[in-house]
Amino acid sequence: MARAERPLSPHVQIFRWYFTMALSIAHRISGVGLAIGLVLLTWWLTALARGPEAFAVVQAATDHVLGGFVLFAYTFVMFYHLGNGIRHLAWDLGYGFEKDETYRSGVAVLAFAAVATLLVWILLLAF
Amino acid sequence: MVAIALPRNSRVEPGQRHEPPRPAKRPREFKVYRWSPERGGNPRLDTFVVDLDDCGPMVLDALIKIKSEIDSTLTFRRSCREGICGSCAMNIDGHNTLACTKAIEDVQGPVAVYPLPHMQVVKDLVVDFEHFWAQYESIQPWLKNYTPAPAKERRQSPEERSKLDGLYECILCACCSTSCPSYWWNGDRYLGPAALLQAYRWIADSRDEATAERLDELEDPFKLYRCHTIMNCTNTCPKGLNPAKAIAEIKKLIVERRL
Repeated sequence: MARAERPLSPHVQIFRWYFTMALSIAHRISGVGLAIGLVLLTWWLTALARGPEAFAVVQAATDHVLGGFVLFAYTFVMFYHLGNGIRHLAWDLGYGFEKDETYRSGVAVLAFAAVATLLVWILLLAF
Repeated sequence: MVAIALPRNSRVEPGQRHEPPRPAKRPREFKVYRWSPERGGNPRLDTFVVDLDDCGPMVLDALIKIKSEIDSTLTFRRSCREGICGSCAMNIDGHNTLACTKAIEDVQGPVAVYPLPHMQVVKDLVVDFEHFWAQYESIQPWLKNYTPAPAKERRQSPEERSKLDGLYECILCACCSTSCPSYWWNGDRYLGPAALLQAYRWIADSRDEATAERLDELEDPFKLYRCHTIMNCTNTCPKGLNPAKAIAEIKKLIVERRL
């Protein structure tokens, strides 16, 4: 008797996300985001070399609300990736593997990223 | 490779609704994944209404009740009904666990019951473990020795024995491996948390003399290093074990032996 081809059971469609799982994919996405952001940094640096007109264009973009938001988000993404990278280093040394520790270190990374981002921007806008 | 969407033949379609034989005093819906090779077609999600006043406390009790009173074709593995055999591993309420130790009370609203994720479905909640067992066999889960056996036994101190705590309790239910996104995308070559925890169980055993050989075998970009510390294995383990930590210990040993 001909049998039907076996289906693949559902996975991401039905799996209820763990906090650590979300932070893990966020680490990868933030890494990709940082790499893409390097294009903006390059744009800024080449504009610096090309002269005052080109630099003014970049300046206008970063002064714009949207440009400012991108920079703000980039700061957060950078601090998140940095903090979570340190969390990964601790894991590589064998520390922080208990369930409650992985949750607490995750919250700590998010808090660090938020506070560091705000601090940087407060300092930037104040001076 | 990463494939988020399910293949066309695997997409779950709405199924039938089955009422209990007698009116339920405390009805609870169970939404159960169904697929049969005889019937073919796409998998469906059937709804069964179970009277909790006339049912045992665990999800497995409800499944057995459905099978004996509503639909005898419902297919699932079960044996010990006390969390020691690992047969009834499945995805309940979005997390992999054992149906026999998962209390219905712990689930809010309808109870969603799916097979272990990203596996080939044999029928309903039964998935194909062929590859999983082959991977387990590949780590050579037995004591390997090169010195002659002593007259009585290979001695082990209580301290050495305690290194196996948290490892020997693994029942190979596959909840961890099938909860791991890395295993979903690269399960053909990544050994997955269950096989790796077992590998570490033999590496950590003071009586085993093949540690170097075992580490050589595991030092591979796919077999071991697809673990990205996502922690789903540890979060989902119904026995409260920590496969992620065991994998980290293997990685550490591989680094340490080079220093």
